[in-house]
Amino acid sequence: MIEAVGLTKRYGAKTAVDDLSFQVRPGAVTGFLGPNGSGKSTTMRMILGLDRPTAGHVTIGGHPYRDLPNAPRQVGALLDAKGVHGGRSARNHLLSLAQLAGIPAARVDEVLGVVGLQDVAKQRSRGFSLGMGQRLGIAAALLGDPQVLLFDEPVNGLDPEGIHWVRNLMKMLAAEGRTVFVSSHLMSEMALTADHLIVIGRGRLLSDMSVTDFISANSADFARVRVPDDGPGERRKLTASLIEAGGRVMTEPGGALRVTGLPLPRISDLAHGCGVRLWELSPHQASLEEAYMRLTQGLVDYRSTDDAKAGLVEPLPQDPYGSADGFASPEPVEVPQEGWYAPPPPVPGRAPAAAPAPSPAATAGPAPAADAVVGPSSAAAVAEPSSAAAAGEQTSKDLR
Amino acid sequence: MTTPATPRHQQGPDAGLLGSYESPIPIRPATLGDAVASEWTKIRSVRATVWTLGVMVALMLTVGLGTALLLAADSSGGMPDEPVLALGFFGVLLGSICVITLGVLTIGSEYGTGMIRTTLTACPSRGRVLAAKAIVFAALAFAVTTVTAAVVAALQTLILGGAPASADDWLRGTVGVGLYLAALGLLSLGVGAIVRHSAGAITIMIGVVLLPLVLALFMFADRLRGVQRFLIEYSIPNQIGALYGTTMTESGPSGWEPLLLMLVLAAAVLGGAVAILNRRDV
Repeated sequence: MIEAVGLTKRYGAKTAVDDLSFQVRPGAVTGFLGPNGSGKSTTMRMILGLDRPTAGHVTIGGHPYRDLPNAPRQVGALLDAKGVHGGRSARNHLLSLAQLAGIPAARVDEVLGVVGLQDVAKQRSRGFSLGMGQRLGIAAALLGDPQVLLFDEPVNGLDPEGIHWVRNLMKMLAAEGRTVFVSSHLMSEMALTADHLIVIGRGRLLSDMSVTDFISANSADFARVRVPDDGPGERRKLTASLIEAGGRVMTEPGGALRVTGLPLPRISDLAHGCGVRLWELSPHQASLEEAYMRLTQGLVDYRSTDDAKAGLVEPLPQDPYGSADGFASPEPVEVPQEGWYAPPPPVPGRAPAAAPAPSPAATAGPAPAADAVVGPSSAAAVAEPSSAAAAGEQTSKDLR
Repeated sequence: MTTPATPRHQQGPDAGLLGSYESPIPIRPATLGDAVASEWTKIRSVRATVWTLGVMVALMLTVGLGTALLLAADSSGGMPDEPVLALGFFGVLLGSICVITLGVLTIGSEYGTGMIRTTLTACPSRGRVLAAKAIVFAALAFAVTTVTAAVVAALQTLILGGAPASADDWLRGTVGVGLYLAALGLLSLGVGAIVRHSAGAITIMIGVVLLPLVLALFMFADRLRGVQRFLIEYSIPNQIGALYGTTMTESGPSGWEPLLLMLVLAAAVLGGAVAILNRRDV
């Protein structure tokens, strides 16, 4: 069991980790997700006592890491595959770590076999590929047969067979009743491995819930509605009616409407009610990966200049619907993501003073600007019931 | 949870908090002895150790024997008035650079490769890690230097004969020199831990060895006479010379005093390194 309370790390003016509180429970694989530079590795280092938190604390089984009497026997960690002296053989590297914790040398050969490095055990690790380095790091983590395991990007550089192996290893370790905490920036990988997800962005907690809850709360199903092209009047009428019924409406490049928060039959009923013909009414489900990118899009620190990814995620026009032809739309929602794509951080109860302002997604990044949203500002609160129920306590906090 | 016996029956509160998994391998607290064993594995399994110590032994042997053979050929009767042991000085002075390098690399290579994070994760007690490194490195440097210095001294005495040396002279010229170089290496280890950069730390240490003499060379002014004298007397080459009983000046540390000074300096820097390491992020 890992428990972080108000964990904060500042490097000068930059805040790498900002008031992070979470628990990692035994018997499950907990995924730790976030874009590059979001503070995952810093958090890992603070858990392992390598970095000192600016504020807050983190404990493992109730003890700070540096107070554990024999750390490798209780906590195994893969930090980065580079943490190895390249001139030393794989076996000697592991032997030195085993001796440090009083682990018998026979265990070294055991873990070398587990990770499949027995044939290159005598070779100097400088010649290892990235994947072999990862296997060596995993061997070091398993060395002490610990109850708690931390892996920072364990599948980096592994071949498909290796990825499959790591996936099964994580699940097996968790099934034995261990605490397994795995960081990654690959949502697709975590969807297959993890039972529980902790998502951070810019050092702040974005989401802390089970994978199933995360999917239902974030997968952002929507309905595409197309009305005849004979003037904006029909679209305007329908949009107003949909918003009135509690839905949220966005426009797509082709002129279609993207409606969220209303079931398809209801949309059809509303269209019928205001006398608008529909040319298309189709359900769409965004992938989990897309949901994750929506959740973190405003919080990505390192982005290529042409912004190709953001373009893929948000294929929406620059001008908000109606603003060009003078449609008197209700003011745009201030926090497009909140309660919809980004569940609010679940921490306020624990650390009220530093509870994050509305949502970092709203204030950060230019991406949401392209995503013109029209709807009452209370729309976020009237999120579709299924998502509210699934998100549990997180979403209930949003219904202020 | 920390007791080695019968893990199945340990249902203490800690075990419950850590989770349901219990390792079948008994757990006992790690000790300094474990850390020393680990550091010994580390130091013997990298080539830097063999290289630096090998070069040092080669330097001490060739320089020591070379001077002895040259002198023997030159005056055909040795040097009756100078103690023969002092000839070992040149080899030891050159060898000290190798000890400095190995001392810095013992910790610097961990920072250079990122191994330090692995090490400090496996042993969160940073003082213990540094202590184990110091013990293993100092023992190795002391053993190699003392044995080589003794062999060189014996060979030189055989070749040149010369004035008979007292037992204390022999002790200072072998064990004393071995301890002095080990302490100099520990100073380098401490500097390496503080600087965290091998090349930087080695440069600093070579400066520490050579700079005082070089600076003193240029201090001609009368007002600097005192500083010049101090720099010469306490420069590391002169201190090594003092162990052999041949110094550049008449005053200054003599006998075993240089060793004491170096041990105190090394202890102070290592103590500072532990304090800094404990506060610093890795």
